Amino acid sequence: MKRRVPVSAEKSDSPGRIALRTLVSDKRSWIASIFLIFIAILAIFAPVYAHNIAHTDPFTSSLNATIHLHGKDLPVLEQSTGGLGLGVTPIGPTWNFSKYFLGSDNQGRDVFARLLYGGRNTLMIGSLAALLTIVISIIIGLVAGYWRGFIDSLLSRILDVIWAFPVYLLSISLSVVLLTSGLSLGPIHVGAGSLALPIIIIGLVYVPYVARPIRGQVLALREREFVRAAVGSGAKNSTIIFREILPNVFPSVLVFVPLMIALSMLTESALSFLSIGVQPPAASWGTIINDGLGLLYTRPIVAFAPGFMIVLTAVALNLLGDAVRDALDPKARLRGAL
Amino acid sequence: MRRSIAVLALASTLSMGLFATTLASSGAASATGTDAPLAAYDASHAGGTLKLVANAAAGSLDPKINYTAQYWQLYQATYDGLLTFSYGDGKNTFNVVPDLAVALPKISNGGKTLTFTLRKGIKFSTGAAVTVADVKASFERIFKVSSPTAGSFYNGIVGADACLKAPASCKLDKGVVVNAATGSIVINLVSPDDAILSKLAVPHAVINPASAPAKDAGTTIIPTTGAYMFKSYDPNKSLIMVRNPYFKEWNHQAQPSGYPDEIDYSFGLTAEAQVTAVENNQANWMYDPVPADRLNELGTKYAAQVHVNPLTAMWYLPMNVNIAPFNNLKARQAVNYALDRAAMVKIFGGSQLAAPVCSFLPPNFPGHVDYCGYTKGATPAKPAKAWGSADLALAKKLVTESGTAGTAVGVVVSDDEVNKQMGEYVQSVLNAIGYKATLKPISGNIQFTYIQNTKNKVQISVTQWYQDYPAASDFLYVLLGCASFTPGSDSSINMAGYCNKALDAKMKAAILQGTTDPIGANKAWGAIDQAVMADAPVAVAFTPKNLDFISSSTKNYHFSLQYKMFVSQIQLK
Repeated sequence: MKRRVPVSAEKSDSPGRIALRTLVSDKRSWIASIFLIFIAILAIFAPVYAHNIAHTDPFTSSLNATIHLHGKDLPVLEQSTGGLGLGVTPIGPTWNFSKYFLGSDNQGRDVFARLLYGGRNTLMIGSLAALLTIVISIIIGLVAGYWRGFIDSLLSRILDVIWAFPVYLLSISLSVVLLTSGLSLGPIHVGAGSLALPIIIIGLVYVPYVARPIRGQVLALREREFVRAAVGSGAKNSTIIFREILPNVFPSVLVFVPLMIALSMLTESALSFLSIGVQPPAASWGTIINDGLGLLYTRPIVAFAPGFMIVLTAVALNLLGDAVRDALDPKARLRGAL
Repeated sequence: MRRSIAVLALASTLSMGLFATTLASSGAASATGTDAPLAAYDASHAGGTLKLVANAAAGSLDPKINYTAQYWQLYQATYDGLLTFSYGDGKNTFNVVPDLAVALPKISNGGKTLTFTLRKGIKFSTGAAVTVADVKASFERIFKVSSPTAGSFYNGIVGADACLKAPASCKLDKGVVVNAATGSIVINLVSPDDAILSKLAVPHAVINPASAPAKDAGTTIIPTTGAYMFKSYDPNKSLIMVRNPYFKEWNHQAQPSGYPDEIDYSFGLTAEAQVTAVENNQANWMYDPVPADRLNELGTKYAAQVHVNPLTAMWYLPMNVNIAPFNNLKARQAVNYALDRAAMVKIFGGSQLAAPVCSFLPPNFPGHVDYCGYTKGATPAKPAKAWGSADLALAKKLVTESGTAGTAVGVVVSDDEVNKQMGEYVQSVLNAIGYKATLKPISGNIQFTYIQNTKNKVQISVTQWYQDYPAASDFLYVLLGCASFTPGSDSSINMAGYCNKALDAKMKAAILQGTTDPIGANKAWGAIDQAVMADAPVAVAFTPKNLDFISSSTKNYHFSLQYKMFVSQIQLK
């Protein structure tokens, strides 16, 4: 017999609790979260792996390094001996965690160790860029939507200008310019090779994509009865914005978070692949794909491994984003069910 | 010159002869053949279309403007000068032979006057006869179009100084005196030049019709005299060469008849795609370097189609001696000690394609001495015979002593795969010896000029130098002479900004000595090489070899040490 939930109990549940319960019961969110936590742990412990297990420095060229494998000392970069003896091939995967698990790149560096370090940078840049996007977008959305008028027009036109450029074109252009000279804004200077540069660039180019929906929502909320009541009761603007409007915008923002992290991560990988994101010898999944490009015929795993990680992480973030959206917006879930 | 951008040089016929001898005796001659002259033409193999592929075109087709190895290779089959470098194999390809001139010039007036006689009966691809007026106009055109070597190769011609100042109105009435009746051409020089014959043999001195435009012709085709003429040129698509209908062979070693009926050069394929096209017989030859990950495949599965030949060239790292940290001798020496040249050879493709060096003049080059002052256990004062291994500990010590440890250093490299890998390695080495190095890869189209301009404050870079023609001065005087350093200019080939006036005077003396005593001059160059490297304005890494990959249907491969594969001699039947 199906258990009936008491009416009083249903009424006592807040929308937040319902959303959380829905999220927890969603298998997609579990799978995605476990995977993301696993990746995050691997990335966090990259130095432990590199220094204590693989005993390697993934940022230093080791072109003359050798490893002891299967009772033999093998060069990490092996000179071809067949035919005319042309070319040098990096060692392939050893499937041994203590030495070149995924093999070596052209510089004799441990690909697996760099993959872990690359994950650190890719996830960090993706997360911080998404955070930057969301913070700026909330501010712009609230200000433009609440005050309307000239401020709204001005901010909206600025967003339109940014939106007019394709994301990748704009981020590539900014990266190329800032990569040579760095970014100087008054007393703040960000060096040309700093990881802060891709964070700032990616964080800015996605602002219109988040700020505009937030602005629209604020515009709608501003006309709702509870906001009018607050205005009528003489509440200050800051009180209305932070206590009445922002809490109602927040669920939408939460939906954006995983999706923006995925988008930012993909953009960072693209920039790094083009050599205008994370700069060598630092690694990101994009730079490792770039490193592997020249080894596609002989050591395809150098390019495929980070590519695979990018795909899995992006899928996990999208699954999590979908689950969060369904949890926070039951109507959307119902629409999906129909 | 670089692989795609060339600069000036000096040489003499005598020194070339010596060079050719040393090259041959070292066994470093073409891996594909002997040092024999070109075999007689066999008409039964004529016909077919030779298909060449490259990633990109090489700019202007004007032979007086273009300064790239890519098109100089084609000019040998299309344009002719009074003199040219010989067809053949090995050492023969460094010999200067008469081309449009009946014979090598009669040299008089203490080396300042060269008298040629123009061959009769030679026609341009338009059908017009080649006249002495065309010859004079061609020399004036060098200055009118501001040829990149106008001020370096041909500035010794009487009247050239005025032409350099006012190119548009250039007249060489006293410098190039012609007689239409006798066909004589007299070239007067301001002073003797031991390299003048070589300078007259390179494509910038070819003979064009007097009606050729007095500006860069760009994609406009200038009539040719050689076995082939250009039919069409679209830098975004292709360059088509067909037989010159007015060509009749006059000197088999200078301009032999070609075998293919047509030569099609297609642009736009990546190096990977070029390899695949040649493997599949869709193309006969590829221009770009074979990607590192395809080398093993070519060396094993396609060994019979691979030709590896020596090059007189070097990969090196100019260090700016005028800004920190490399304005400190110990800092520069530290880099020289720290570089693991064998590691750089690995990045380039392995020991079959390059060899570590640390002298400035390449092995088997005029003036080269086997020595290395920057290997473990050696010093510039007590050099070893050859480079053995890097000395990282000594390098770190020198950096500490120099007081430059911790300095930020930018390594500027071209953004292609191999150069980037080299740059990453150099960055790693610099970090290992105490600097804070960053890598600055920039487009190959601008990197070579960017690193020359002092305004860009480049501290260290990775670049290459390929000889224009064989003479020690082409390396030492051109790359490290005071005259080659022009602050603030994109054409300051002395990238290190090195100007040692005492050594500069010795270089000039060696150039003069070369006109009368080439053997003594080469000894002097050897000593200058060691003295320069004691100052370490550069770190020489390795000398590369040339790899040509041809399709299985491509026959009769011959390699010129000067211009690489002879395209006109390829047989398809």
